[in-house]
Amino acid sequence: MANADVIVIQGSNMAEAHPVGFQWVMEAKRRGAKVFHVDPRFTRTSAVADAYLPIRAGTDIALLGAVVNHILSNELDFREYVLAYTNAATIVSDDFVDAEDADGLFSGFDPATASYVQDSWQYAGHERDSGSGHTARERETAAGLRHESHGAPVSRQVQRDDTLQHPRCVYQILKRHFARYTPEMVERVCGIPREKFLELARAWTENSGRERTGCLIYSVGWTQHTVGVQYIRTGAIIQLLLGNVGRPGGGVMALRGHASIQGSTDIPTLFNLLPGYLPMPHHAQHPDFDAWVDSIRHPGQKGFWGGARAYAASLLKAYWGDAATPENDFGYGHLPRLTGDHGTYQQVLNMIDGKVKGYFLLGQNPAVGSAHGRAQRLGMANLDWLVVRDLFMIESATFWQRGPEVATGEIVPEQCATEVFFLPAASHVEKEGTFTQTQRLLQWREKAVDPPGDARSELWFFYHLGRRIREKLAGSTLPRDRALLDLTWDYPTHGRLAEPDAEAVLREINGYDTVSGRPLSTFTQARDDGTTAIGCWIYTGVYADGVNQAARRRPGHEQDWVAAEWGWAWPANRRMLYNRASADPQGRPWSERKRYVWWDADAGRWTGRDVPDFEVTKPPSYRPPEGATGPAALAGDDPFIMQSDGKGWLYAPSGVLDGPLPTHYEPAESPVRNPLYGQQANPTRKRYDHPVNSTNPSPPQQHDEVFPYVFTVSRLTEHHTAGGMSRTVAPLAELQPEMFVEVSPELATLAGLTHLGWAHLITARAAIEARVLVTDRLAPLTVDGRVIQQLWLPYHFGFEGLVTGDSANDLFGITLDPNVLIQESKIGTCDVRPGRRPTGAALRELVQDYRTRAGIVPGVLPPAVTPGVPVEPPGSTGDGEGNP
Amino acid sequence: MGLRDRLLGWPVYRQLTGTDPLGRGAAACSNRSAELTARTEGADRVARSVCPYCAVGCGQRVFVTDDQVTQIEGDPDSPISRGRLCPKGAASRSLVTSPLRQTTVRYRRPYGTEWEDLDLDTALDMIADRVLAARAETWEDVDAEGRPLNRTLGIASLGGATLDNEENYLIKKLFTAMGALQIENQARI
Amino acid sequence: MVDPPHRPAVPPQSSLPAADPATAAGWVDAPPRMGFFTDTSVCIGCKACEVACKEWNGVPTAGLDLLGMSYDNTGALTANSWRHVAFVEQPRPAGHGTASFAGNPTGDPAGPASAARSAGTVTQPGTEPGLLPGEPPAAARMTEFLGMPAAGPPGRTGSAEGRSDFRWLMMSDVCKHCTRAGCLDVCPTGALFRTEFGTVVVQEDICNGCGYCVSACPYGVIDRRVDDGRVWKCTLCYDRIGAGLTPACAQACPTESIQYGPLDELRERAAARVATLRERGETQARLYGHDPDDGVGGDGAFFLLLDEPEVYGLPPDPQVTTRDLPAMWRRAGLAALAMTAAAVGAFLGGRR
Repeated sequence: MANADVIVIQGSNMAEAHPVGFQWVMEAKRRGAKVFHVDPRFTRTSAVADAYLPIRAGTDIALLGAVVNHILSNELDFREYVLAYTNAATIVSDDFVDAEDADGLFSGFDPATASYVQDSWQYAGHERDSGSGHTARERETAAGLRHESHGAPVSRQVQRDDTLQHPRCVYQILKRHFARYTPEMVERVCGIPREKFLELARAWTENSGRERTGCLIYSVGWTQHTVGVQYIRTGAIIQLLLGNVGRPGGGVMALRGHASIQGSTDIPTLFNLLPGYLPMPHHAQHPDFDAWVDSIRHPGQKGFWGGARAYAASLLKAYWGDAATPENDFGYGHLPRLTGDHGTYQQVLNMIDGKVKGYFLLGQNPAVGSAHGRAQRLGMANLDWLVVRDLFMIESATFWQRGPEVATGEIVPEQCATEVFFLPAASHVEKEGTFTQTQRLLQWREKAVDPPGDARSELWFFYHLGRRIREKLAGSTLPRDRALLDLTWDYPTHGRLAEPDAEAVLREINGYDTVSGRPLSTFTQARDDGTTAIGCWIYTGVYADGVNQAARRRPGHEQDWVAAEWGWAWPANRRMLYNRASADPQGRPWSERKRYVWWDADAGRWTGRDVPDFEVTKPPSYRPPEGATGPAALAGDDPFIMQSDGKGWLYAPSGVLDGPLPTHYEPAESPVRNPLYGQQANPTRKRYDHPVNSTNPSPPQQHDEVFPYVFTVSRLTEHHTAGGMSRTVAPLAELQPEMFVEVSPELATLAGLTHLGWAHLITARAAIEARVLVTDRLAPLTVDGRVIQQLWLPYHFGFEGLVTGDSANDLFGITLDPNVLIQESKIGTCDVRPGRRPTGAALRELVQDYRTRAGIVPGVLPPAVTPGVPVEPPGSTGDGEGNP
Repeated sequence: MGLRDRLLGWPVYRQLTGTDPLGRGAAACSNRSAELTARTEGADRVARSVCPYCAVGCGQRVFVTDDQVTQIEGDPDSPISRGRLCPKGAASRSLVTSPLRQTTVRYRRPYGTEWEDLDLDTALDMIADRVLAARAETWEDVDAEGRPLNRTLGIASLGGATLDNEENYLIKKLFTAMGALQIENQARI
Repeated sequence: MVDPPHRPAVPPQSSLPAADPATAAGWVDAPPRMGFFTDTSVCIGCKACEVACKEWNGVPTAGLDLLGMSYDNTGALTANSWRHVAFVEQPRPAGHGTASFAGNPTGDPAGPASAARSAGTVTQPGTEPGLLPGEPPAAARMTEFLGMPAAGPPGRTGSAEGRSDFRWLMMSDVCKHCTRAGCLDVCPTGALFRTEFGTVVVQEDICNGCGYCVSACPYGVIDRRVDDGRVWKCTLCYDRIGAGLTPACAQACPTESIQYGPLDELRERAAARVATLRERGETQARLYGHDPDDGVGGDGAFFLLLDEPEVYGLPPDPQVTTRDLPAMWRRAGLAALAMTAAAVGAFLGGRR
């Protein structure tokens, strides 16, 4: 990042949310890099940026799409890079109809499930063989998350036009698709004046290319939207067109919000994934081990997923040890099967409906931190039992006693049956283990002291819970108990507390030879014959040579800037992914200034500042023989080695469920009619028509004027997420001691709000109160001739801790991105009124009054497809199976 | 202490006879000030750790004296953070030593209006029983067409993203073997 | 090799220590004078300095009040806040790029006028009885911005045509460790003393809470703690720097806004930084407290500012409150000698 010549920060308040990471931005700036910040609100990041662009929340694709248009219509792309390393030249199927030509819907839309059949999106000649078909099921299982480490499948023999003139080549499709995203449209949609847009577009393009690179930084300001994945896709398209991927100072950088949130997807505690992005099997799609494995590796496909059979067999071997054999498919039959959406929001609705008995909360506080706080609390109040493991007494543990629903009478302690166990947790200095930070770097933490009292690590809790459960089941002959009894669960423990040995677990994650017991050093050693056991194949190498590589701490000042001997990065200690792209197709650095990894012809190997993300002796001139598959099918100039065609995808023929190209849709709640298409919001967004859930009306629906303002929420640097680790800590609590709402002076005048007075905000879900900060940092926008007012709230507050306040997340309903099932919690519409909110039953009456005026019926959501938008029947039959 | 030492140690004597006749510096330095040193210098041990807040992964040094954490500060060796911390990271000692931390098991029985105490071992046993009961009650062997499901939808879990990889690994492994599918994480949020 | 550090001349008329206050205070072979250079142009207002200081020095909480002064809820340097990050919201050009809100339908900036206007529109402050909005009323409160009595907050008035320009200044304030320190001059107990590093430190084992130093500080830094009566302020982490460590705030600072080092080096670095910023169009960039010729003989903790000092709540021309003291000291010295002679007599006599 410090090597960038321009840095665009959008959907992230980096200076506040990641201050120490921000030092690298400041360093680039000191060296003369231009920093742009795009945000609905002038933040501490904007304060030190070179330019700030205020944007209407939820319109980033319109802005970025216009940058794409600016690049293409002025031919500013890095042509040599684009031709060699992206799919720009690939010809797309004749059947494809762009959203441009269908009022906002792509071809293949199935109105019955509000999802796409992707056959018509495929490359020419591959309409039927890419295994894409119907996407309703992929949406239910958040299949998009699997592509964190690799692209979606596509066959490797494709038609190309290297002149980029063919009307159906990706380049031309892209050009037509974004032609409508003009500076004028940016002004109409985003509220950004065209001069400001051009300032950004020029700086970005002028600082990219052979000699210069630009970096794009985003965070949850992008992901927490109903089109979140497409936001990131648009950014990636720009970066690929400008040659800013796989090169120093380039990239699309996701700033993740938690110490090991990257680790929690790599070794997932997610319903749809197993470690290393292997999918949790689906009851219909994956009847047996072979079907499961083939759905991952796609026989005949290029790239490193060709080894999926070995990764999968090795995982099962790590789980079930001697009981996992080639003959019994390594115990594949033990794995539980998905039938649809089992995500956290579906779970909560099921809790309200009485379908869930028990709930574990492990360092997580959904009563404050998840969208629709009231639904979260009502769900928890309807469990048989709840286990809360945390450092502090958080709102999710005390909702039955002190929650807002107790005040409104919706939860009565004497009638609430939920049995609650609060178990104190060990802090980060009271246990050892690894965190994986946002750039995939694993760092080992040494233990400093024992945890106090009854406090224990999760490692302790789950190891001993498992041990006890297995003891209780000993001798059981029930088939369902086999998986538990056969489980390898014999970790050594030590010390007074019988703490399991975290290094022993890390060793299993790394993987070992089941015959010799020796740790493996790279995932290419994985075998599908039962001779290797690997807990998470992408982490193989972290315990190479029996040494904890994540504990390496050679001081940064004794190393070059890549610092390869500090911790360990997956995969294979690579610090920058796809770094083959930092050299030209012939293997030479694109420029002296941006030298990173290159081909050393004399030595016959790739070399440079980082571990090459490429087979190290495969020359740039290598061309795969006919019929090659897996890594061998990757040519010497295919840098995107986890993509099935080795190319960066400007156009996604599959894998993205809401369209092969990003399209601007309005957020699920918006005061503005989509100026670009008849289709108002993402037609494939995941909606829940549960009585507890509701959506404020947006145009062209009636009554949108009941909720005239846009609100957005995010972090303060002084607090941490739901506040459980900051509102409880005195030196942090005093720095931001109260819940507040930021409004522009114009809105303050309009709504009658006074500085430091109270205001309350109302949505169809809740009404919350906050102190008012009138500030110049928020400004009204002109959008399509209308003045739009935006408010901002921090989401850290709740009713426990040293400092308390109403929770901003209570305002949101539940509507999710279709690809990864992340909720839209960055934007909604609301009304704001001066003074405190009512209390007791009057609070619910106020919300009900608004709902009545807005014509909202509980559980009845706005239609997925905007009335009047023509829907063509899908071009393929697809199996159409949605939520069973 | 002899008379001579007392005289020599007396600030006024030092002021009159030393280099600091106005008594503003060297002569005014109290014994406490003279002996003052950074408390980290005398630490029994230093653990090399990583900040638990955001995902930048800043290095921390945890200083321990008499089994108490006396200071947590940035690790200058870290190439990621170069010794720096944000306000949250800088508050880490207050976090782990906070008087608000719960250190004993608390139990709320169904329909209860107050918390009660509970022994950790008993709590673990009760939770194991409840897991097995919920699992037995909601177990699904096969779907309507006889295809295997091997699962329970009666148990759910939501984890924070401050858990270690090793912890997540055991959580996922145990729940998967248990047939509990509905395991989720902050990463979804 | 860079040019040797510019060493400003000590005002010859002063008999008080200036360039090398440690030696003047009787330290033999004193190490170089150490200090802070706080470059506000890279401050991101994260307050890591405030927290790191409290964590190291065990400074108690300063209170849980929402002050409404932008993101500043600390308010001022006090006995319980030894670092204080000030936030200044200004309808002024940030000096680069297009104006932040150019083209937006903005009215007047937030300020007394808009606060009064919006206050006038509220007849019913709340739907339920509760706290009234802002006490004192918001309009009055905003004119008290940073505690400066004026018609409007400094740097925030005078823009009649909308507020397209905007910038947000942040500055981490701290004890200045003056070369000529009024607090030290008036301390009757020797609790305040000049360390070998040239810094000014309150010795908590000596201070008796007389409070003379409080009114002697030209910056309003030094303050008594309500519960124990003693005064407390930044020690420039005397314990840490004695062990060769960096003060806690400077060590934590993510963007190197707070830099610690030998004062000569810092002054040199600061001069170069100002020159760079001015080249880049930051014409308002200036140093504050760096000049040994100013009213306090220069500060051990000095600043790079992007506007007038008043905007940040700093006095424009601080004067050591004891500038007439040299003559007084000469007289007092004689008296002290006489008293000391008597005291020594009593001390030795007491042994009999």
